[in-house]
Amino acid sequence: MFVTSAFAQESAPAADTSHAATEGDTHSGTSVPAEAHGTFPPFDPATFPSQLLWLAITFGLFYLFLKRVVMPRVGGIIEVRNDRITQDLDQASKLKGEADAAVAAYEQELAEAKTKANAIGQQASDAAKAEAETARKKVEAALDEKLGEAEARISSIKANAMREVGSIAEDTASAIVEALVGGKASKAEIAAAVKSVAR
Amino acid sequence: MAADKVDPIHQFHINKLIPIEIGGYDLSFTNSALFMVATVVVAAAFLFLTTSSRSLVPGRLQSVSEMAYEFVGNMLRDAAGTQGMKFFPFVFSLFMFVLVANLLGLFPYFFTVTSHIIVTFGLAALVIGTVVVYGFMKHGLGFLKLFVPHGVPVFLLPLVVLIEVISFVSRPVSLSVRLFANMLAGHITLKVFSGFVVSLSALGAVGVAGSVLPLAMAVALTALELLVAFLQAYVFAVLTCMYLNDALHPGH
Repeated sequence: MFVTSAFAQESAPAADTSHAATEGDTHSGTSVPAEAHGTFPPFDPATFPSQLLWLAITFGLFYLFLKRVVMPRVGGIIEVRNDRITQDLDQASKLKGEADAAVAAYEQELAEAKTKANAIGQQASDAAKAEAETARKKVEAALDEKLGEAEARISSIKANAMREVGSIAEDTASAIVEALVGGKASKAEIAAAVKSVAR
Repeated sequence: MAADKVDPIHQFHINKLIPIEIGGYDLSFTNSALFMVATVVVAAAFLFLTTSSRSLVPGRLQSVSEMAYEFVGNMLRDAAGTQGMKFFPFVFSLFMFVLVANLLGLFPYFFTVTSHIIVTFGLAALVIGTVVVYGFMKHGLGFLKLFVPHGVPVFLLPLVVLIEVISFVSRPVSLSVRLFANMLAGHITLKVFSGFVVSLSALGAVGVAGSVLPLAMAVALTALELLVAFLQAYVFAVLTCMYLNDALHPGH
């Protein structure tokens, strides 16, 4: 389809050596279409009117189609999307505000509950302290009473003992006097003597 | 006939498909016209069909259409400001037309519409014509301030104005020649290297082995041409935006 082998054999060495040579070689062998007039096709003025006309027609229609149909549509799509995004963002910020308010309310309630709990605890501990205090006082009073009783008994026992000490001393003294002197001392004298010594 | 196939110029020939002649002018429907129609139909159908579902979350092809739309829109807004947006359909049409024409031209056996200077010149003349007509419509003779930059000493003014006028006049030429020359040169180079492959491989085993090099070159060039096809459409659209900016704000 591309090249007959005969042609390729002939032109390949030229292609190898230089590109200009190839161009010249092949160009001279070219059977150009009739309307090309042998000039370089892009510079052939004979094709200008037709190309300009068809460019005007095609580009004009293209311009109108884009302006009337495509661009309003694409612009609309993008606008709708932007609206939707701003709307969603608004909603999100609204929801965030609500969430923030809920958090604040929760925190306030928590603080209130904390103070309430503290107050209740304080109250309970105060009551317990007072109760303990009264119980302690009761116990102390009972102990004091018992102490008083015991002291009274001790003192009475002591008094009795002291009283008996006097009579024992008198008895002992009269016995000693009897043994030593051989006489009998009067009871009153001995009592006086014991008293003076005890003093 | 075999020679045609290796002739790198052959691809640029215009063939009449439906001969039409009106008033002595040859207005035939040619292969060039056929590919203009193909370009327009492909571009329009792509933009139309990919956006037909109007999805809120775009699919791949719809994204491509939207990207092209926003790409050109941002380009125009950056260059010419929001006032320039009234030219958005024009610039978008130009960009899509040139891009699709360039890309279609990359297919083997397809005609490249933009490789003909009269086509690119027609588009460039349309751009400059729009700039001149809109400039005079909007600013009247104030549009001529375009040629008189601010803060230039009076004795230099004639020279500067002359330079400005020459640069303005050369705009349609540079705009059209840039696109035309890029497409022409790229396609000739591609054809030459592909021709080497065919010619070499006809030489036998050694030739087939040797033809690997130009084949690799042709593959690389095809990738390059793909880039150039996009780049030239972009450059054409960007320059159009900048020239339109002159029409909107001639004082700058």
